Amino acid sequence: MATATLVGELVRKHEQQILEQWLAQQQSATSARADLMKERELREQSRDFLQQFTAALQQDSQNTETSAWKPVKDLLANLSRSRATQGFTPAETATFVFSLKQPLFDLLRRESKETDTLAEQNWLMTVLLDKLGLYTTEVYQQNRELVIKRQQEELLELSTPVVELWDNIVALPLIGTLDSARTQVVMENLLQKIVDNEALIAIIDITGVPTVDTLVAQHLLKTVAAARLMGADCIISGMRPQIAQTIVHLGVNLTDVVTKATLADAFAVALQRTGATIVRNAKKEQ
Amino acid sequence: MERIPILKMGEFLLVTIQVDMHDQLAITLQEDLTQQIVKHRAHGVLIDISSLEIVDSFIGRMIGNIAGMARMLDAETVLVGMKPAVAITLVELGLSLAGVRTALNVEKGMAVLQSSLKGKEFFGRNTEK
Repeated sequence: MATATLVGELVRKHEQQILEQWLAQQQSATSARADLMKERELREQSRDFLQQFTAALQQDSQNTETSAWKPVKDLLANLSRSRATQGFTPAETATFVFSLKQPLFDLLRRESKETDTLAEQNWLMTVLLDKLGLYTTEVYQQNRELVIKRQQEELLELSTPVVELWDNIVALPLIGTLDSARTQVVMENLLQKIVDNEALIAIIDITGVPTVDTLVAQHLLKTVAAARLMGADCIISGMRPQIAQTIVHLGVNLTDVVTKATLADAFAVALQRTGATIVRNAKKEQ
Repeated sequence: MERIPILKMGEFLLVTIQVDMHDQLAITLQEDLTQQIVKHRAHGVLIDISSLEIVDSFIGRMIGNIAGMARMLDAETVLVGMKPAVAITLVELGLSLAGVRTALNVEKGMAVLQSSLKGKEFFGRNTEK
């Protein structure tokens, strides 16, 4: 490990010098974002990273998977996360690590006498820094995926409200495209509400569903069948002319299901079936 | 051997499944119930599955079969109290139990049976009186 300790030793000796060069490098680079981050903050981050990096380098200069590199990785993960929220792009975040290459290589060139050692050390550093740079991108991406996943879940919760319209009548206004995951949530919510409200009739309103293909139609039929097994009748309302045309063209059999053009019509049928009637008040002049 | 009790309530038979069904139990129930319907000349069967948490394709089919057999013996069958999870499972298995009447709970199931019986009386059961 003689070669490994050589670079570690050099970095430790010239830490301050590297830091200054690195900072200058970062600030002159096109990816420097003075609008997003103060110089002082950048200096702090760079100093912390370099300290950890030097410490880890003393222990192991080959493999970033070992425990020696854990503090460095934790630091990078934090940095990547905070930069993601600050509005940096992944490239800009990774440049933070990659820009350390130039001051390091400069140092190596000045200090090492033999070309063989120089090439070897350069290669070693390139591999290490590349790994660390890619790691920041990875963390950045993971963060983004987490955000997307959370938003999807929230959307799912928001998009499936079941409303109680009258005694024993519930309605489920569907908005947006129906996919398998959503249908599952819709179905579970509806069935639970049927139990909670002792509903006899469930109205599924598809006014807000842009298109109905065979898959969506099948999902709807499944929901209707499940509600029926629970002892509640389903009415599908909000059939638009286009949707009626597509369903017939697709050859989907919806004949067993009561369908209505508007929610009002469906509600009237539901009231009639549960034995309630709506009476218009007599006009005053009569 | 365990058996599912079948209770007689007037013209109806009440079957309450309180344990998780296994295959042998379902077959026994099918035999017992058909015999009891004939013996008591029952005109309605109410099967309460509100305690049933797990169904597989066999049990699902058996429930459908039992209802079909009861109907052939001139007893209207109402399946009550199915849990949402069970309903979803049955639908996913492709068993929508067409032809079996369903209700949310025992009370509503009884109302369904009574109203169907009234219809029958009108069409001739009582003409022999």
